[in-house]
Amino acid sequence: MRKDKYQNTSAKTILTLLTVLCVFLIGVSIVNSSALAPVRNIVGIVVMPVQKGISQLGRYLGSISENVSSSSELRAENEALKQQLDILTAENSELVLDKEELSRLRELLELSETYADYKTTGAHVISKDSGNWFSTFTIDKGTEDGIVKDCNVIAGSGLVGIVTDAGPGWAVVRSIIDDNSNVSAMVSNTSDTCIIAGNLELIDQGSLNLVKLTDEDNKVHVGDKVVTSNISEKYLPGILIGYISQLNNDANNLTKSGEITPVVDFKHLQEVLVILETKNYVASPDDAKNQIVNDVDVPAPAAEEDA
Amino acid sequence: MKRKIVTGILIIVTVLLQCSVFQIFEIASIKPNLMVILAVSFGLMRGRLSGLLVGFAGGLIMDLFYPGQIGINALLYMWIGYASGYCYRIFYDDDIKTPLLLVTAGDLFYSISRYILTFLLRGRIHVLFYLRRIIIPELLYTIIATLVVYHLLYRINLRLNKSDKRSLDSIA
Repeated sequence: MRKDKYQNTSAKTILTLLTVLCVFLIGVSIVNSSALAPVRNIVGIVVMPVQKGISQLGRYLGSISENVSSSSELRAENEALKQQLDILTAENSELVLDKEELSRLRELLELSETYADYKTTGAHVISKDSGNWFSTFTIDKGTEDGIVKDCNVIAGSGLVGIVTDAGPGWAVVRSIIDDNSNVSAMVSNTSDTCIIAGNLELIDQGSLNLVKLTDEDNKVHVGDKVVTSNISEKYLPGILIGYISQLNNDANNLTKSGEITPVVDFKHLQEVLVILETKNYVASPDDAKNQIVNDVDVPAPAAEEDA
Repeated sequence: MKRKIVTGILIIVTVLLQCSVFQIFEIASIKPNLMVILAVSFGLMRGRLSGLLVGFAGGLIMDLFYPGQIGINALLYMWIGYASGYCYRIFYDDDIKTPLLLVTAGDLFYSISRYILTFLLRGRIHVLFYLRRIIIPELLYTIIATLVVYHLLYRINLRLNKSDKRSLDSIA
């Protein structure tokens, strides 16, 4: 009886203490999320190798089941692909010509930075968020391969998300469909800026919210291409996000909002490409004087380049 | 000692299952909440203290894995484990009905708190949508998972109890 009573009080004490600790940790991570990064690294070093193994096993099993699928299906696909190849070869030769012209014109414009010039590294998706509420995932490459926080992540032809956390052998990516994600974007043909916001309510329809589109001349239409904007602090400019699928006027009659369909298939992401460059937010000397705090802390080399 | 090691392994395995393996078993992009089952089982089979410690440890590891506020999962799972400890030695732990009810209550508590803390506070007010899209499916899936997982955990606990008793006997 006495022992029960003892356990009762001690459980209550520990509950109270740990509750206080949790509230403290929540507070710390809200105020300064990087303060707890070392602890995250330790957990990652211990658990990530196991996770890599598990996901490799999963991929292996997946490839076996693929091999079993009927060969006639593959033959038909092969035929179709050959036809496609012919069409694409023809198209490609045209494009090569266009590209040469483009590069000449670029040289004239002294635009050295292009989308294709970014150095990338491929990575496998090895695990997903533990719950059902958020769309974050872990990849199997990290700081050892040059990935740092705020690296942009793409797959196939479009933007997937951004690295929010990186350790030696892994990195956590928040995809743009996550409810917390906001991307500064623009409509590619008119350069009107907008914000692309992830929304859990739209995930099943496969679309994203488009808000705060300034389109004074009414030139933006459904079907227009949306890319990351050049005024974004974290996203490199000109990465394709998707196409506008719906557009409405806001109540204030100044901005528009709607939905876009992303080009990336977020349900079946297995491999992604991480762009190893992060956007250098070039702070003007005035900014430095006013001590405006930016999210990206590499203004020093950029300032030298300016000089 | 043996019990501590086994408990530690169970926690790690649960986290790994939740984060990596259950991607494969997702139904309509929903996966069951295994950590609720673990915390509830330990509370019911071993008492309040075990329940809260297991919930805390498992939740904390999950928090450290993914960005966001560290401590939310730890806090919620800890309370679930502690609360289910109130049924320790009051209800039979070899009957599946008690853990099923506790898991239902625990998972609802977890999902609703999670919704309030991370969604409602940011102005996502369509409660019914989230209820239909995430909370109810997760609950159903978790209940089905409980039928299998609880049985397994119960067996493990039984074996550990036996080995504890044996080592006590050998000392005596």
